[in-house]
Order: sequence, then structure tokens, then C-alpha cells
Amino acid sequence: MLEAIGARSIDDLFAPIPAEYRLNRELKIPRQMAESEIVDWFQQRSKENGSEYASFLGAGAYMHYRPVIIDSLISRGEFLTAYTPYQAEISQGTLQAIFEFQTMICELTGMEVANASMYDGSTAAAEAAMMAVRVTGRSSVVVAKSLHPEYREVLATYAHHQGMPLATVGYADSGRIDPKELERTITPETACVLLQSPNFFGTIEDVAAVAEIAHNKGALLVVSIAEAVSLGIVEPPRDADIVAMEAQSFGVPVGFGGPYCGVIATREKYVRQMPGRLAGQTTDRNGKRGFVLTIATREQHIRREKATSNICTNQALVALMVNIFMNVYGKVGLRELAKQNLAKTAYAADQFGKHAQILFSAAPRFNEFVVKTSEDPYVINGRLLGHKLVGGLPLKKFYPELGNAALWCCTEMTTRTAIDTAAGMLAESEAEEPSGDRAVEEVAR
Amino acid sequence: MKHPTPKATRHVNQNEGLIFEKSSPGKAAWKLPPLDVPEVDPAKLLGKAERKDLGSMPEVSEIEIIRHFTRLSTWNYAIDLGMYPLGSCTMKYNPRVNEVVARLEGIANGHPYQPEKISQGALRIIKTLSDCLLEITGMDAITLQPAAGAHGELTGLLMVRAYHEAKGNPRKKVLIPDSAHGTNPATAAMVGYAVENLKSNARGMVEVSALEAQMNEDVAALMLTNPNTLGVFEQEIHKIAEILHAKGGLLYMDGANMNALVGKVRPGDFGVDVMHLNLHKTFSTPHGGGGPGSGPVAIKKMLEPFLPKPVVISKPDGTLGFEYDRPQSVGRVRSFYGNFGMFVRALAYILANGPDGLRETTEDAVLNANYIRKGLEGTYDLPYATPSMHEVVFSDKLQTKKGVRTMDIAKRLIDYGFHPYTTAFPLIVPGALMIEPTESEGREELDLFVEAMKSIAQEVEEDPQTILDAPHTTRVSRLDETAAARKPVLRWKPA
Repeated sequence: MLEAIGARSIDDLFAPIPAEYRLNRELKIPRQMAESEIVDWFQQRSKENGSEYASFLGAGAYMHYRPVIIDSLISRGEFLTAYTPYQAEISQGTLQAIFEFQTMICELTGMEVANASMYDGSTAAAEAAMMAVRVTGRSSVVVAKSLHPEYREVLATYAHHQGMPLATVGYADSGRIDPKELERTITPETACVLLQSPNFFGTIEDVAAVAEIAHNKGALLVVSIAEAVSLGIVEPPRDADIVAMEAQSFGVPVGFGGPYCGVIATREKYVRQMPGRLAGQTTDRNGKRGFVLTIATREQHIRREKATSNICTNQALVALMVNIFMNVYGKVGLRELAKQNLAKTAYAADQFGKHAQILFSAAPRFNEFVVKTSEDPYVINGRLLGHKLVGGLPLKKFYPELGNAALWCCTEMTTRTAIDTAAGMLAESEAEEPSGDRAVEEVAR
Repeated sequence: MKHPTPKATRHVNQNEGLIFEKSSPGKAAWKLPPLDVPEVDPAKLLGKAERKDLGSMPEVSEIEIIRHFTRLSTWNYAIDLGMYPLGSCTMKYNPRVNEVVARLEGIANGHPYQPEKISQGALRIIKTLSDCLLEITGMDAITLQPAAGAHGELTGLLMVRAYHEAKGNPRKKVLIPDSAHGTNPATAAMVGYAVENLKSNARGMVEVSALEAQMNEDVAALMLTNPNTLGVFEQEIHKIAEILHAKGGLLYMDGANMNALVGKVRPGDFGVDVMHLNLHKTFSTPHGGGGPGSGPVAIKKMLEPFLPKPVVISKPDGTLGFEYDRPQSVGRVRSFYGNFGMFVRALAYILANGPDGLRETTEDAVLNANYIRKGLEGTYDLPYATPSMHEVVFSDKLQTKKGVRTMDIAKRLIDYGFHPYTTAFPLIVPGALMIEPTESEGREELDLFVEAMKSIAQEVEEDPQTILDAPHTTRVSRLDETAAARKPVLRWKPA
């Protein structure tokens, strides 16, 4: 091939790189490994990563069962190794799948249009807030303190250079957003109210009431949904103007935090302010139904610095996992699945409530609840680890005002045995007088 | 077809409607285990928050789902079917061992908030990949948090801005060459910078004298893709860096084309201050029909305080952990730690190649692009004679005489069994054909591609209408994109 090109050596082809910058040694990285060695190396890492533990962690990353056909289907090379479907004639598989995904997200969220995906729930929430700013021509955002703390951090990062002031509204004793404080915080410059439901504590918000407060003052309502399975049995936020969702619960591995699947859904009238790719239906020259990426004039490759967002690559293959999951459970199964989550959580909250305080019990919840103990939850979790159980997320780091509180999560995967074991350990610890001199084992961040 | 090709032939293709059109009550693909706790009454627990209706969500059986998606999949072109020469997108082979290791129990099911002492495997993967990427780029520190290339750009520019702010002046604008990806200007706008265009010279490179004239203390950074979108290495990169640095500006490198450099030259050695990588391009993680990606950002020492948090650190006891106490951090750009599953795949790719394999990969990518260039020179117009690295950009100048444009040629290429190249980009080449074969292709596939492109050029002369009507072999002909955008139908609705 060199001969065909007319080059004497490979180095000839790299002549454009000034000699003084060329690397004249091998890279200092691990040596080439055989496939068997690679599998072995990662198997070791897998074992060092809690592969034998049952977990009560949720907080934006939920362990639900993943039907096996998800991986069978997404492993097909035609889905796995295809690019963004810009060449519609040879991408109809991906495009039709996106169109169906958009449809199902609309059905579930009560919105009229949904995009093809965003990076995750946190960036979807931040981009939804920026979208509300474009729609209303107002500048600021009112955000619930019960929105996932890491989503709030991402929002703050994005807002910082957008001239988008943020105001935070606290939660009431019910765990829901404080309506009086919300009234007071919305100003004529508020573009939107951003809250999560079920919120970070698992509490289901009264979306209709919040929508009324926001709309009366000319602001939009953006609802973030981090636990998609809730949509099987919890009324969707039909009064919202934008829904910013994390669909990880629908068949996506917890996977140490990613890749996940963000989505934005909204009203038809706002579609041209929406970020991200959209698939639309059209016809070919013979009148046959087909699908294309559409309304691309919002996007960076056309509009450059005037685009609605800089997003290009999204989470397409993960959206396909979500899509397949929604098909597997469908209209009836999603409700039954959500009902099992509800039952496990109700049982766990009852059991834990015998020995410790369950906060925010006045409002309904989905699959998470906050347990307040007299003992430091890090210490309790340290003991649970010995029983191959990972306890709830201590909330001190995010909500110091809640003291020794932890966020526990149950899904259909949580067994009664695990719940009973954890409740038993909690009973033991709460029966004892908390001793100040016990060394706190730092088991979480 | 007038000029048959050995690459592809027609065969039966299954029709398939929308999944909603197959749905009917009573069909199901799910089964839940018996409940081991007492049943609950949702109405009692949820009150008016209870949902009663799931609208037109589908009800279908498992075999129907399998067939539905299998049929849809056969309507896609993919790397697994053949060469996918999309310039700048780097469609290389996605090794299957990557998929296997990403699904190992502790890796696929590790929770991001599980205690650090049972997260050492994931932390070790993050640390090892970070170390490899730093050695490959010649940079000092790195974050893996950004979820894609454009997200990496955002993160990089946030750090640039924080750096300037810490010095007392955030500065006002970012310089971007006219050959840049659209994400570059869109990103600069998101970080509150004005975009100033930088014209390319006759060789397709940054004109150093123009940069010198435009550079002043208002410029925060130059965003440069190197090799640039013409596949040309910016030979005067050291002068470019000097001009920026002399006036306190930073050099941002868009690493979209890093696959032309790995193991041969390191951006950190030629003056780059901040850069992103696309793990889904250079490091073989699958594109999956548009994502997920992963866009790590590597930086020089002076930018380290501004890294997104958390940062992975080695603790005194030898274990790894996350550090959150970073007062100068730009903050978080994503929840948790980024697209971890992509880190696993990228690291598996690096381990499978090792130092020698990565270098050879780069050499083969450049060799393949130059082989295509040689094969098609004369048949298609080459607007810039500057040597090519990993991709080559032709134009449709010779074919427009017959009314045939780059998109038409691209559509005809489909009939020959190939995915089209990138069309109409970069913007500085009117009617661009941007071709990137990657290292994955052997000579036989490259020869078939060259032959197909030559055959199309001949068809343009003899029968341009065949090209204008292409593709002829796909299940749908050219789709009406104008109608799709004018009256958008973005979801299915029950009749």
C-alpha cells in the first residue's frame, strides 16, 4: 500500500508533524494483553466492586430487573455499531425506534413531544431550565431543595455563565416543596419552577398545586423525574410545561452511575426551543412511510453559536434499552411492576418505623423513604456491610439539617429477607444507648 | 444498476409496522415473581396521586418484540456490515470483548453511592484509564465526567473561564477557525463567550499572521481541532500556541481527530493547555446509533484546581477515593462520575492494543486515508493539496457540472453497499466529501470503495439521473425532509 501511495515508509506519512514534537519512544501504558487476560483483569475489578452485596441505595440510580432480551437486541451490530441516523435511507431501524421511544415517553409523561435523549437526568434538568428561559424571555429559575442535590449542582454549573440566577425553595414537614415559601420566591423574572417528583426523599409532590402557583405568576413548571418506574402507578405531571427525565430505571444497568438516559418532553408549542435530536415521520418519493431526524435548525451543526444547545452525541443505545423495557412491561406490566415497588417500600417503612423515625410520612411516597436514627447512619451501614448489605444513603452530606437521617430505597428486587435483616440491625442499634466513643468507620463519602 | 458491485446485492427485507400497530389487550412479555411482602392498595397509599391509565402503551409478546427490533435492525447500515467512512466520526471496529467486560456483575451493577471500600474495582478502572489517557495526550490531569465530546468542550471552556476569572478577568471571546465542528461555537456561547471566526489559509490551516492580528487580551482561548477537519495537521501549532500564550490566552484542542496522533505525537508536547477526547471515536466504544459517548477533558497543571468534582485520589492507605473538597472547582457537569460503562470499554481497548498496538493503529488509519486519497485523486477534486492524516476531503466540483452534488454521490454510494462519507462538511469546502476509513479496513474493502467511487464518477458522466434518484436499493427512497420539518409528526397517535 505504501508503494501505491508513493511513500517509502510509514514515517513519510507523518512528515507534516514537526520532528521536534514526534514521540520517539513507546507510550508508557500496560503491555498488549490477550483477550483472556483482559477478561481476567476486569473480573478482578468486578470482585473488588461489591458484586456480592444487596443494596438499599437509590438516590437517582435504581436497581430494577433487566429483561434479558434487552441485551440480546441491543447487541445486534446493526444497532450497536451504527452512527447517528443522518443518512435516513439506511438508518430506518434506528429512526423508527426513536420515533416509538418518543411516543412512549409522551404517553408516560403526559407531554406532547419528547426528544431522542439527553445525557442524563441532571443535564436534562439543567437544559430544561435553560429552555424555559428561552420560552419565557425571563432570566431566573426557582429550584426545589428536594431536587436531587447532584442535579442542583449541575444546574448551578450550567447557570453560572448563562446569567441565570437560581433561588432555592425548601421542603415542608410533609417532604413536599413549601408552598408559602414558593409563593414568596417567584418573581416577575422567574422563568420556571423546577422540582422533582417523586422528589429526592421519595415524596410525591402535589404537581397540580405547584403548577397553579407557578402559572399564576407567569412562570413555567419543569418537573424532573429520576425514578421512571413511578410512572407506572403515579399520576404523571400533566400540568407541567416541561418534563426532564432520567429513564435509567427502565432497563439500564446501575453501572456505577452511567451511561444513563436523560429525556426532555414538553408541549408541542415549545418544540422549537427544545434541545436535542428529534425523529419525525415523513414519506419517501413513492409515498411510503419513513422517518428522519427533523427540526435540525435548532441544532449546533446548523445554527452553530445560536443553537438551542451544544449537544450532539446523545444516549441513543441506552434509549433503545429503555424502549425495549417499555415494550416488555407495556401498559399492564408497568403498573404491576410499580405496585410491587410500592408494596416492598410500604413493608420496609413499616418495619423500620418500629425502631426508628420515618420522616415525611404525611405525603405519599414511591420507593424511597427517609429514616432518622439516634445512631450515625455511617456506623449502622458499617455493621450492615458485614452482612453483605449496603444500607441507605446518609443524608448529612447533602442535608445537614436532617441530622442522622438516611435515604433508603426498595425496588421489586429487594427481598423481604434483606429488609428484615436490615430492620433487625436497626432495632439492635436503636435499642442500645448511642455511645460517643465508638469509632465511626468512614464507609461512605 | 449499470455498474454492479461485488460488495452488495439485493435480498428480501421484512416489512414491519410500528409496535403500537401490533398491540392488543392481553398480550404480555413480562412476569413478576410472587410478592414476598403483603399486597398494598395503591388507592389507599397514593390517594389522588394514583395513576389509573397508561394510555396507549403497547401490549405485545416477547417474540413480537424480538422480531420487531430484529427487523428494524436489518434496515440499518453498521460497521459490522462494512466500511463506514464518515469523516470526523471515526467509525472503527467495536471489539466485542469490551461489551463482555462491561457486563460483569460488579461492573454493571455497582451503585455510584456504594461505600468506597467496596468500590475499589470501579475506582481502579477510572484511575488506570485516566493514567493511560494522560500518557497518551502528554497532559497533567484529567476528568472523565463529561458524557460526550460537546460536553467535554463545555467542561474545558468552563475551566478556561474559571482560570481567567481567578486571574481577575474572564475575557470576552473565543477564536474558532472556520473549519471547526458546529459544537465549538455552540459551546463557547454556552459559557458566555463571544465567538470570533478565524479564517483558514490556502493550505487549509490557521493563518498564523491572521491569528497574530486577531489575538489580544480579550481572547480567552483558541479552539482548534488538530488534525483539523480537513484531515490536515496544523504544522505551525507551536507558533499558534506561542501567540496565544504571549497574550495570556489558552490553546484548546478538540480531540475529535486524536486517532491520527495516538502514539506518534502528544498534544501536551506541542503547547495544548486543555483538550477533550471522544472515547467513542478514538477508543472504540460503540456509537450505538448516536450515543452514548464519553468526553474526558485533559489539562495542564495550572488548570487542575478548576476540575469538576469529585476527583479520584490515592489515599495514604493505598486505596482510592473521591475528593469533593475542591473550592475552585467549576462544579459538576453531570450526576455521579460520567459514562462509566464507556470507561470500561475504552480501557479494554487500550489494554488489547498496548503501546505498540495503539501506535500501529494510528499508522494504519493514516495509511488507509492516504491510500483512498491516491486512489481517487483526479476522479474527484482535491481542494487542498496539503498532506492528509487520517481523513481526506474531496469536493464535488467536477460532478456539479452535471448537476450532481456531494449528497447525491453519497446516496448512490449506498447502492454500492457502503455507508456514505460525511457530506457538506467542513464548511470551508463547498460540496465536501469527507472520507475517513479508519484502521479497521483491509486493502480489499478499501479497493472496493475506491472502485465504487470511480464507478459513480463514471455514472455521473453517462447517466447523472441515476445518481440524482439514488438510492435505488433501499427499502425507502429519498425522504421528504422539508415536509417533516414543516409539519412535524413526532409521535404516533391512536386513530
